Amino acid sequence: MKARKGLIFTVLIFLAVVAAGAQTVTITYWQYFYESKVKLVDELIKKFEAANPGIKVEQVTFPYESFNQKVAASIPAGEGPDVITLFYGWLPMYVKGGYLQELPPAEFNKAYFDKTYYPFVAESVDFGGKYYSAPTAVRTLALIWNKKLFKEAGYDPNTPPRTLEELVAYAKKLSKFDAQGNLVQSGLLMQPSGQGHSWLREVLFRQFGNLPYSADYRKVSYTDANGVAAFKWYTDLITKDKVGYPNFATDDVTAFKAGKGAMNIDGSFRIATLNAVKDLEWGVAELPSYKGIKSNYASYWTHGIVSGTKGKKLEASIKFLKYLTSPEVQELWLERVGELPATPALSEKYKNDPVVQPFLKGLAYAKASLFVDEAGQRTVFVDMIDEVVLKKADPAAVLKAAAAKEQAIIDNFWK
Amino acid sequence: MTLATKRAITAYTFLALPLVFFICVRLGPMLYMLVMSFSDWGLLRKQTRFIGLGNYVTIFSDPVFLQSLGNTMRYAIFGAPAVIAISLSIALLLDLIPKGKALFRLIYVLPYITPIVAVSWVWRWMYLQPPLGVINELLMAIGLPAQDFLISPDQALQSIMAVNVWAELGYCTTIFLAGLQTIPKEISEAARIDGANGRQLLFKVTLPLLLPITLFLTVMEGIQFLRIFTQVYNMSFQAMGGPLNSTKSAALYIYQKAFTNFEMAQAASASLVLFVIIMTVTAIQLKFFDKKMNY
Repeated sequence: MKARKGLIFTVLIFLAVVAAGAQTVTITYWQYFYESKVKLVDELIKKFEAANPGIKVEQVTFPYESFNQKVAASIPAGEGPDVITLFYGWLPMYVKGGYLQELPPAEFNKAYFDKTYYPFVAESVDFGGKYYSAPTAVRTLALIWNKKLFKEAGYDPNTPPRTLEELVAYAKKLSKFDAQGNLVQSGLLMQPSGQGHSWLREVLFRQFGNLPYSADYRKVSYTDANGVAAFKWYTDLITKDKVGYPNFATDDVTAFKAGKGAMNIDGSFRIATLNAVKDLEWGVAELPSYKGIKSNYASYWTHGIVSGTKGKKLEASIKFLKYLTSPEVQELWLERVGELPATPALSEKYKNDPVVQPFLKGLAYAKASLFVDEAGQRTVFVDMIDEVVLKKADPAAVLKAAAAKEQAIIDNFWK
Repeated sequence: MTLATKRAITAYTFLALPLVFFICVRLGPMLYMLVMSFSDWGLLRKQTRFIGLGNYVTIFSDPVFLQSLGNTMRYAIFGAPAVIAISLSIALLLDLIPKGKALFRLIYVLPYITPIVAVSWVWRWMYLQPPLGVINELLMAIGLPAQDFLISPDQALQSIMAVNVWAELGYCTTIFLAGLQTIPKEISEAARIDGANGRQLLFKVTLPLLLPITLFLTVMEGIQFLRIFTQVYNMSFQAMGGPLNSTKSAALYIYQKAFTNFEMAQAASASLVLFVIIMTVTAIQLKFFDKKMNY
């Protein structure tokens, strides 16, 4: 009797395990660690799991600095994630390396991306008609300023500079020096390694009448007279006007948070960070225009599925990716993280929000640089500015040498 | 089997364990690295082919690699002798004082036992420009001009080297002090009776007797400076070894090749070059001191 009971019990347990195993699929999701994003995704996973019984999602995060490393080392070994969020500038590298799989073309095709997303997104996720990822949110640049420091300098705290000429005048007046002439308050923070390189690449070059790249971004073309003028305008702010310099007070974000910088060019992703700083009164405005020309740089993080994911896991991964890019999540993303919805229609109701509005306006005319090696191409810009600032080299010659370096990176990728 | 053989077998068994470990996690990967350095292995490449000396050609025609080798040599040539000279002086002075030796020794050894990442970051903040950096505040308080330190391509390498010298002092001072205590009192007393003055005592007795320890420390510090990484990684902005690659060491170059560019094979070749350099420098040091140690 006892033996039979035991046998029945064992069989039942066995059946339960088999049934559960057949039903529950666990997929792994990776993103880099950014507190507001990680918390939000934890909540999203709970909602997703409730709506999709039988799917479990595990979120794993890494610091930004080592994220790329983990991705590149884990995926070929088959130990990485199923769904992963990557910076759009890394896509060409990972697509070429065969790390990502094509999303089902029946649903993710040109018609879908053109209809759902901003044009710059649709362009930069398209790899010869194949699509490997889709984003939730996008970001642009804007001018942010410290209202308290504006008041101190005698400026109206609610009227930021509108043009580059005004920007220079404001920056000079807002800069403070000690008895030795050392900068102690930066009028305009100059951080090429932060957003500075993008401001120069996609905004200033264009505003000065230069076209920095060919349409497919395979030819560098910022070395003409207008390009040199834009580059010189940027470096003059550091060397002649001395309104700021790279790594002042460690970096631009730290300096702005500490009230050591009056103005900065920064992205919409900083909204949550700056709101968290007590007693910091700050404003956001569209990037200053020049000769009536407006330009902006847009970027985004985008979700893909790695090439090794198959079968039930793949089905679950596609479901999760669709959920992450759904209108519901896009709106939550704006509320919690500050990044703008990647679908234009969803932005409508934020049109009058004073903080969000300037970033939204920028989206209308923003460009997303098509990087092939985001880190390498950024370093070219950071170094060329350092050459002029630290070694007093001739801007025109430096720009030419930098363009050759960046061209070599691009050529090497496409060869 | 005799007891002695049994004992020997037991000893070999225990000693074999670290040997297995060494072969698996050191020698094996090293040989693998040597082989892979002749391939085009990269994490973003689907297939790996053998390309002979291609990687060596690539890295030696990369001006950044040559600059990083130059920087590495500068760290070692100026850093290691500085540590030896300063720590030896400190040890000789500490040997003279009758009281408080333990306290001083503790003070000098503290930087060495502090995690190097913490040391690097604290110094990075101290090196900051006005109005934030402590060192520049001190300079300005005594009427000197503020310095650029880490943001200048001419000062950044020295600034990082100075921190490493400071951190290494504790270790070398401790070893030198131990060495000084092994010098028999009779020898110095005999020299004094023979009429040797303080300077003769130092140069003819103490220093020659410290030579084995000096050799050991020179080799250790030479290696330490040749593979400098953590300090540069943490003290240069965005861990880039800048400004303008002026602080980038060979180790940081290798790291970036492997984990930023994912060019594993090129990183392997560069590692091998660094390995050969370290081995050569160490061999030269050993040879040089070997000749002098004939007492």
